[in-house]
Amino acid sequence: MSNNLTNQQAPASEATGRQRRHPLLRNLSAKIAAIPMVLVTLVGFVGCSVWSIVYSFTSSKSLPRETFVGLKQYDRLFDSSRWQASVENVAIYGVCSLVFSLGVGFLLAVAMDQKIRFENTFRTIFLYPFALSFIVTGLVWQWLLNGDFGIAQVIRDIGFTNFEFNILSDREYSIYAIVIAGLWQGTGFVMALMLAGLRGIDQDIWKAARVDGIPAWRTYLFIVIPMMKPVFITTLVIIASGIVKVFDLVVALTDGGPGVSSELPAKYVYDWMFGRGNLGQALAASTVMLSTVLIILIPWAYLEYSQKKDATHG
Amino acid sequence: MTSVAISDLSLSFGPVEVLKSLNLEVEEGEFVVLLGPSGCGKSTLLNCIAGLLDVTAGQIFIDGKNVTWEEPKDRGIGMVFQSYALYPQMSVEKNLSFGLRVAGLPKNEIIERVSRAAEILQIEPLLKRKPGALSGGQRQRVAIGRALVRDVNVFLFDEPLSNLDAKLRTDLRVELKRLHQRLGNTMIYVTHDQIEALTLADRIAIMKDGLIQQFDSPSNIYNNPHNRFVAGFIGSPGMNFLQGALVSEAGQWFFNAEGLRVPLSDYRFVHPPQEGQAVEFGLRPEHIVVGDASTTQPVTMQVDTELVEPMGADTVLWTNVAGHALTIRTDSESNVKTGDNINIGFNTARVSIFSENGERV
Amino acid sequence: MDNTLSNTALTEPHGPRPKRLISTRNIVLYGFLIVAALYWLLPLYVMIITSLKGLPEIRMGNVFSPPVEITFAPWAKAWDSACTGLYCEGLKVGFWNSVKILIPSTIISITIASVNGYALSFWRFKGSEIFFTILLFGAFIPYQVMLYPLVIILRELHLFSSLGGVVLIHTIFGMPILTLLFRNYFASVPEELFKAARVDGAGFWRIFLQIMLPMSLPIFVVAIILQVTGIWNDFLFGIIYAGTHNFPMTVQLNNIVNSTQGVKEYNVNMAATLLTGLLPLIVYFISGKLFVRGIAAGAVKG
Repeated sequence: MSNNLTNQQAPASEATGRQRRHPLLRNLSAKIAAIPMVLVTLVGFVGCSVWSIVYSFTSSKSLPRETFVGLKQYDRLFDSSRWQASVENVAIYGVCSLVFSLGVGFLLAVAMDQKIRFENTFRTIFLYPFALSFIVTGLVWQWLLNGDFGIAQVIRDIGFTNFEFNILSDREYSIYAIVIAGLWQGTGFVMALMLAGLRGIDQDIWKAARVDGIPAWRTYLFIVIPMMKPVFITTLVIIASGIVKVFDLVVALTDGGPGVSSELPAKYVYDWMFGRGNLGQALAASTVMLSTVLIILIPWAYLEYSQKKDATHG
Repeated sequence: MTSVAISDLSLSFGPVEVLKSLNLEVEEGEFVVLLGPSGCGKSTLLNCIAGLLDVTAGQIFIDGKNVTWEEPKDRGIGMVFQSYALYPQMSVEKNLSFGLRVAGLPKNEIIERVSRAAEILQIEPLLKRKPGALSGGQRQRVAIGRALVRDVNVFLFDEPLSNLDAKLRTDLRVELKRLHQRLGNTMIYVTHDQIEALTLADRIAIMKDGLIQQFDSPSNIYNNPHNRFVAGFIGSPGMNFLQGALVSEAGQWFFNAEGLRVPLSDYRFVHPPQEGQAVEFGLRPEHIVVGDASTTQPVTMQVDTELVEPMGADTVLWTNVAGHALTIRTDSESNVKTGDNINIGFNTARVSIFSENGERV
Repeated sequence: MDNTLSNTALTEPHGPRPKRLISTRNIVLYGFLIVAALYWLLPLYVMIITSLKGLPEIRMGNVFSPPVEITFAPWAKAWDSACTGLYCEGLKVGFWNSVKILIPSTIISITIASVNGYALSFWRFKGSEIFFTILLFGAFIPYQVMLYPLVIILRELHLFSSLGGVVLIHTIFGMPILTLLFRNYFASVPEELFKAARVDGAGFWRIFLQIMLPMSLPIFVVAIILQVTGIWNDFLFGIIYAGTHNFPMTVQLNNIVNSTQGVKEYNVNMAATLLTGLLPLIVYFISGKLFVRGIAAGAVKG
C-alpha cells in the first residue's frame, strides 16, 4: 500500500490544485455578514459600557468632561436620599414581583396543565397584557387605583362609605401600585414559560407516579418542581433583568411620586442624564446598576456553561 | 488507476485528534466501504474527501488532482446523506437540477441530465412532487439522483440507508449494487452496518479511533482478520474469544486454556509462535459443527448448553466448556435443548489467534 | 344494587366509577382559573367602558358600571385633538410617527439578525461564538449604561433626534434576541442540508436566499411579531433618540395623560390608551401561539 502511494503522489503533485487559503480569507462572506454584529458587540455593548464606566469617575455635568474626581460621584450617589429610596423601592418591587409572579405564574401553569377546556382562551386572557406597552399598563392602573373615581369608589358605593384607598398618593404604599401593575402585565409571561416547562416534562413520569399511587400535589412538589429547576432559573434571570430595567411603568403610573416615594434606579439615571444635566452622577448610578446585573448574571452564565459542558462529556 | 488517494491525512478539533495520519487508496470503479463503530472517524473522513471539513494536515487526490483545498463543487464528487438532505421547498426536479443551475449549465443539458438520472432511478413520476410527499425510499432515490446528475467519477455515501426500515434497506442495497455495476463509478460508502459492508464492498476499510485497522476484501476481513478488533467487530453473534497460551509438544503447537487443549495442526501462523505466549483464541460461532457431523472435524469436544435462542433461519446456542463461554450458531433443525450436553467440532484452519497486543499470530 | 343485579355484581369493577364533570377538583380548578381570568380582564373592561362614557357619568358613577349613554366623542378627541402639553393634535401624529419608526426598524433588524443567526449556525469562524456570547450578555445589560454614549455616536453620525437614529437604536437593541431566535432556528435545520447545498456548489448567500429563507418563513413571522410589539411599545428610545417631531405614540400618550393641566378627561385618556394598545393587541390576538413562541424565544437555551 505504501509503495503504491509514493507512485501515485509523484504525478499527482504536479497537478496541484488550489492552495490553502489565508486564514483571514476563509469564510469571507460569513465574516462580511457578521460585521454589523461585531460592530454592535464591540462598539455598542462593550464600548459604550466601558465609556460609561470611565466617565462615571469624572465631574461631567451636562456634557462629558475628562476631569477625573475618583469616587466622588459614588459618594454623592450613596448619600443621596433619592437614590436610597430608589434602591429600596427596586428591592421591594423586585422581591414582590419575583415571589408573586413565580408563585402565581406556576399555579396558573399547573391549573392550565390539567387538560382543561378552553385552554387557549385562558392563555389568551392571562397573556394579553404582556403584549401591551408599560405606558398603557401604567395608565390603566393609574385610572383603576384612582382614589376618587376608581376601585375605591366602587367599594364606597357598596356601603363602606368611609373607605379610603389611595395608594397612588400615599408615600408609604405608592411603590405597591407599581408592583400590582407590573404583576398584571408580567405574570402571564411567567405562566407561559412555566407551562412550556411543564409540557416539556416526560409524560412517563406522570404514569409512573400514578402507578406508584403518589398524589398529584406530591408529584408536583417533589418530582416536577425539581425537574423544572432550569426553567425556574431561566425565568428568574429574565424577571430579574426586567426588574432592573423598569422605567416606563413608573413614568406612566406615578412619575416617581408622591415626592420620591416610588423612584426607581433606571429613572434616577434618566433624570440626572437628560433632565438635570449631571452626567457624572447618572453614569455612576448606571454603573452601579450594571454591576448588580453582572452579579446576578455571571453565576448564572457560569452555571449554564458548566452544565452544558457536563452534558457534552456525559 | 487510482481514483481517490489520501495521504497522511490528519484532522483535529482542538485537542481532539479525529483522524491520525491516515492513508487510503481507492482504485477507479471500486466500491469501498468505510466501516467502524460510531466515533471512529469514518464520516469525518468522508466529509474531508468531500471538502466539507478543512483538514489539519495531509493531502487528498481525486482523479490524480490534488484537491486538498478545493471547494466541494470543484472536486468531481457527488454525495448522498443519511437524512437525504433534500431541499424541502423545491420539487424533485428542482432538487436534482439545483447544482446544475448553480453551475450555470445550459437549459437543455440540465433537462437531459435530470431525465437520464430519473430514468435510471425510476423516479420519473415523482419529478413534480415535493420531498414531503415522498416515502423514505423515494427520498433516498432522489438524493442518489442528485449525485447522479453531477456526472462525476466519485460518489460518496454517508450512511445512506440508516434511516430506512429493514425491508427497504435490503431492497435499496441491492439497487445500489446494481447501480454500481451499471455506472462503474468509484464509490466510497460509510456505514456501521456490517451486512451492508460485506454485501456491497469490493474492499472494506475497518476504522477505529481515526485509524484504518484493515483494508481488505470482505472475505479476507471475515476469514483473516488482522487484529482482534477487526475479528470482534465483524460477525454476528461475535467471535468467541478464549484466553490461554501457546505451548508446543513434539513439534506440534497447542492452544492451552484452563481445562482445554486444542491442537493447532491446521492453523497457519503469520508470525512464528513462542513457547508459553499468552494469546486469545478466536472461533466464529458459525464455524462450529454440532451433533453427529462434528465427528468428522479435526477438533472435537463436549459442551453444556445453557441457553437456546431460536432466530428463525438458525439457532444460537450459549454453551459452556470447562468454564469458558462459547456461542454456537447452528441451523434451526437441530433439536438441542437447554441443559443438553452436546458434541461439537471445528477446524483450526478457520480460527484466528491473537497475541496480547491484539495482532494476529 | 337490587337482587336481579346481584349475579353480575361480582363482575362489576371494584370501587365507584370516577366522576367526570362536576367534582370538587374541577370546581376548585375552574373556580381558580375563572377568578384569575376576571382579574386579568378587569382593566381591559374598565378601559373600554370608561372610554365610552361622558365625563359627568364617570364622576358620578362607578368604574365597573357599563355606560348609560355610549359616546364616541372621547375616541375622536383622543385621536384628533387631545393636547400633549404644547400641541393639541391628538394621538394621530404619534401614530404615524410610530408607523414610520416601526416599518424600517422591523425590516432592518430582522434582515441583519437573520443573516447573523444563519452565519452563526453554519459558517462559524474563529471568534464568532465569542461575539455571540457578548451579544447575549448585551441583552441583559441595563440600557441606562449605554444611553449616553449612543447619544454621542448618533450625534457624530448626524442621526441624533431623527427617525434614522431611533431606527438604528432599535436595530442594535433588537439584535441579541433576534439573533438568538434565528440561530436556534437554523441550528435545528439538519446540517446535511447545508452540506448537500455546498456539494451542489452554492455559496454563503445562495444557500441563505434559496435554501434557508424559503424554509424559515414561520420563524420570520415570529420575529416580526416580536419586533412589531416590542418597537411599538417602546418608550425610552423614542423619547431620547427620536426627537420631538418624531415622538412615537407611547410618548405622546404619556404626555396627553400625564402632563395635561386642569380638568382630567379620564374618558379621553382611556380612549387614547386603548388606541395605543390596539396594534399590539390585534397582533397578539391574530398570532396566538406564535406570539407565545416569540416571547419564549428568550427563554430557549442557546
